[in-house]
Amino acid sequence: MPNRITLEVTRYDPAHDEKPRLDSFEVPLRKEWVVLDALNYIKDHLDGSLTFRWSCRMGVCGSCGMTVNGVPKLTCATFLTDYAPGPVRVEPMKNFPVLRDLVVDTSDFLVKLEKSKPWIIRKVEKPLDEEYFQTPEQLEAYKQYSMCINCMLCYAACPVYGLDPLFSGPAAIALAQRYNMDSRDEGASERLDILSHHDGIWGCTFVGECTEVCPKNVDPAGAIQQYKLTASMEWVKALVLPRGSE
Amino acid sequence: MINPTEYLPKSYHPRVSTYWWLKRWVYLKFILREASSVFVAWTVVMTLLQVRALTRGPAEYADFQNWLRSPLVLALNTVSLFFVFFHAVTWFNLSAKAMVIRVGGKRLPNLAITGPNYAAWAFVSAAIAWILLRG
Repeated sequence: MPNRITLEVTRYDPAHDEKPRLDSFEVPLRKEWVVLDALNYIKDHLDGSLTFRWSCRMGVCGSCGMTVNGVPKLTCATFLTDYAPGPVRVEPMKNFPVLRDLVVDTSDFLVKLEKSKPWIIRKVEKPLDEEYFQTPEQLEAYKQYSMCINCMLCYAACPVYGLDPLFSGPAAIALAQRYNMDSRDEGASERLDILSHHDGIWGCTFVGECTEVCPKNVDPAGAIQQYKLTASMEWVKALVLPRGSE
Repeated sequence: MINPTEYLPKSYHPRVSTYWWLKRWVYLKFILREASSVFVAWTVVMTLLQVRALTRGPAEYADFQNWLRSPLVLALNTVSLFFVFFHAVTWFNLSAKAMVIRVGGKRLPNLAITGPNYAAWAFVSAAIAWILLRG
């Protein structure tokens, strides 16, 4: 194994640059190092102006999503040795505006996330001293979707979102589904109006790459297809039953 | 609500290339999967034409068979066979994503959903082959 590897890193300074360029850095290649370690090495020893987001270094905070050799990855979980002998190209997440170097503007996702109402909606709240009991089976129904860490790799992998920025996108829909499947929640009909819009689930063409890149096995593509089935059933009910799907 | 992007500095907005689907094999596979619908439609049209020829008597059916043997149709149908096969395989593999079946509180594994699809496909194909080839 060679003891050094080259990183080609996107650089963009909004004050001076019209468009991003690539800078090359040579860093030590250690078997326990992930791409994020290499970026921190560059920042500490080679160029202190390199800008990127990171926090937990353990796949929990969802901050360090970038494009590594063309594929959306959490850089804290992407080992350098898998790319030896290199070079490794590290770019910002695709489909988002670039603010500086490897930092992207995630505002659009946050607006969409809020629209899908990812919280428990109750028609009548129970008194504070009463609990909402849940069986292991009821927990199992939504647990997978609750693992989302909002890293937005699914948005970076989704060509539909890249081509149509109005599309709600994978994580927002998966998180809506997380609450729809929760036995304590009563807000499914509120979310249906938002998600069954053509910019919601029907925008998805099932490329499926959101699920492939998800570091937490959330399976947003599956959530969207299941939601399409639910929305279709609701539509049929509204058509056939005299009082719709109420 | 305050627009969260209002106070942000200038940013670079990359444009998605027209040829985005050539950049990664997974995207190309998706485009091929979508394009396969055209060949599935062609196969349906061809089958309908075949049934029509069959109802119009032996002479017409012989003409139809001759047309099927022409190099152009043969080439088209070879490509169609590949795409119909590709369409079926990708469709069956994706079916497990859209169908969540729980037995005893546990989600059935993907194979339990795709497996019967493949089995049904093999059974129907074998049944049709038997009807056509028994003499």
